[in-house]
Amino acid sequence: MIYEVFRQERKGQAFAHAGSVEAPNEAFAEAYAREQYGRRGESAALWVVPREAVHEIDDFADELQKNYHRVDGYPLKEKLGKARERVSAKNADAFSAGAG
Amino acid sequence: MTPREQEFLEYVQSGGQVETDDWLPEDYRAKLIKFIEMHGNSELMGVLPEREWILRAPTLQRKLALTAKVQDEVGHSQLIYRVVEDLGKPREQCLDDLIAGKSKFHNVFHYPTKTWGDVGVIAWLVDAAAIISQKALLKCSYAPYARIMKKICWEESFHILHGRDVILTMMLGTDEQRDLVQEALDRWWGPLMQFHGNPIAREEDPMYVWRIKSQGNEEARQQFLDGYVPQIWELGLTVPDPKLRKRDDGVWEYTEPDWAELKHVVTGHGPKTAERLELRRATREETAWVRRAVLAEAA
Amino acid sequence: MTDQVQKILQIADDELILGWRNSEWTGIAPMLEEDVAFSSIAQNEIGHARAWYELAARELGPTANELAFDRRPDEYRCSRLVELRLVPDWAATIARHHLYETADEERIAALKQSDDTEIAGLAAKIDREEAYHRMHAQMWFERLQDEPRFQEALDELRPLLDVRGEPTSELAELWEEMTMVRRSVAGATW
Repeated sequence: MIYEVFRQERKGQAFAHAGSVEAPNEAFAEAYAREQYGRRGESAALWVVPREAVHEIDDFADELQKNYHRVDGYPLKEKLGKARERVSAKNADAFSAGAG
Repeated sequence: MTPREQEFLEYVQSGGQVETDDWLPEDYRAKLIKFIEMHGNSELMGVLPEREWILRAPTLQRKLALTAKVQDEVGHSQLIYRVVEDLGKPREQCLDDLIAGKSKFHNVFHYPTKTWGDVGVIAWLVDAAAIISQKALLKCSYAPYARIMKKICWEESFHILHGRDVILTMMLGTDEQRDLVQEALDRWWGPLMQFHGNPIAREEDPMYVWRIKSQGNEEARQQFLDGYVPQIWELGLTVPDPKLRKRDDGVWEYTEPDWAELKHVVTGHGPKTAERLELRRATREETAWVRRAVLAEAA
Repeated sequence: MTDQVQKILQIADDELILGWRNSEWTGIAPMLEEDVAFSSIAQNEIGHARAWYELAARELGPTANELAFDRRPDEYRCSRLVELRLVPDWAATIARHHLYETADEERIAALKQSDDTEIAGLAAKIDREEAYHRMHAQMWFERLQDEPRFQEALDELRPLLDVRGEPTSELAELWEEMTMVRRSVAGATW
C-alpha cells in the first residue's frame, strides 16, 4: 500500500506533501515515514495517510463573473478620484465665498 | 509534432510544470521514465561500491557518516522509484530490468573502489559532479521529480562536506595517506570527466528540449571543473591531465574524454558491472520471501 | 577494572558489534524503505557504543576509538549472539533484533537506576532511542511470527544471548575487516 506523507517543517507552519512510502500497514508506514522524513530531526511533525484517503479536486467552475467576492471586483480609483474632486471643488467655492 | 504536443512544448519551455495526471506527450513520458529510472538505478548501484567501506571505516565518526551517506543514497532511490512507479512502471519491474542489464546506471558506479582514498574522492568529487546534475533538475518540467530533487540536493550537501573532511584529514596526515588520495584521484579522473556525458548541443538534447533538465552536458562539466579543480590544486594534488587549464575567457580546456569507454561501460561492460548486478540479483532473490510475506497480503 | 566498567564495556561491545553487523544490511535490505529504517537502527547502536566507550574511558584512559578498534578480538566482551554474520538471512536478523532488544530493555532499565548519575543519564537518553528499536522489532515480530523459519531462528539464537567470553572466528574475521584501514597506516588520523 502507498501512504502519503505530509510534513511540518517547524511548529506553526502548514503541513506540506513530502512524498510517499510503500508499506503493508500503518505501523510500518509510520516507521518508514519517520525515518525517511525525520531521521535528521528535520521535521516537527508528520501526517501519514493511506493514498486512497487523499482525494484530489482540480476542476472548478467559474463561468459567470463572480468578482463580487474578490478584491479585483472593487476598482475604486475612479470613484475615489471623483469624490476627492467634489470636496476640493466645494472647499474652493466656500473659500471664494468667504473672501468675497 | 501534433499541435497539442507543440503547445505542451511551448508550455514547458516557458517554465510550465506538469503533474502526474496531466496529459503528457508519448515521447516526453517515455524519455522521462527512462531518465528518472536511470537516476534511481544509479543511486541503488552507487551504494554497492561504498558499502564495502562501511565495514572498514577507521573511526566511529567515519563509520557513522559513511553509513548515513549510503543510507541517504538508498533513501534517494526510494524517492526516485516512487516517482517512476506513479508514472506507470512498478519498482519491481525497474529492478528486473536493472538486473537483466536492460536499463542503465551512471558510469562511475561500474568501477572498483580500492582504498580509503577512494572513499574520500567519491564523496568529495563524484558526489560533487552528481550534485551539479541534480541542481539542473530542480526546475524539471515534471513537478513530482522536481520536488524530490529538492530533498535530494539538500541531503547531498552533507555528503560533499564529509568527503572533503575525509580528504583534508588525509592530506594533513602522513605521506602514505596523501599518496592514497592522489592515487585514487588518478584513477577516478577519467570516469569523472565522462560523467556528465558527451558534449551534445543542448538544443539537440531531448532532456533539455523538454526541460527535464535545465543544463546541457558541457555546461555541467564546465561547472564541475570551475568549482572543483581549484579545490583539488589548493591541496597540492595533481590532476592527471596535462592539457587541463582555464582559458582567459573562463572556459576550461582538457584532454577529450574517452567517449568510447563511456559507452562501453554504461552498456554494461564496466570492470565491476557484472559482479555488482549479480550481488543485487542474489540479495534480491534471497529476500524475495520477505516481500511476499510483508507486501503481498496488503496488495 | 571495576565491575561497573566491565558491565559498560559489555554493553558497548554488544552495541558496537551488533551495530556493525546490522550495518551490513545497508544497501541490500529486503525493501528500500526498510533499508533506510534499519540503517538508522545500526547507526544508533554505533552511537550508543561510542557514548558508553566515552564513559568507560573516564576510568580506563583510552579514547572511544581506541577502545572500539585497538583491542584484540579476544578482549571484546560482546555476546556470541551479536558476533554472527547473518546477512542475507532476514529471518535470523529479525530474530536476533527481537531477542536482543528484549534483553537490552531490562539491562537499560537497571542502568537507569544507577547511583552514578552519568551512567543513569546516558541510559535514559539511550532508552528514548531504543523505544523506536523496540517498536520496529515488535512490528516485524508480528509480521513474521507465523513463518516457520522465523521461529526456528529464534530457537537457534536464543541460547547465544548469554554466551560471552569465548571469542569466535567470526568475530576475529569481522575485527580484521573493521580494523583494516585503521591498521594500514599506524597511528594515523583518519
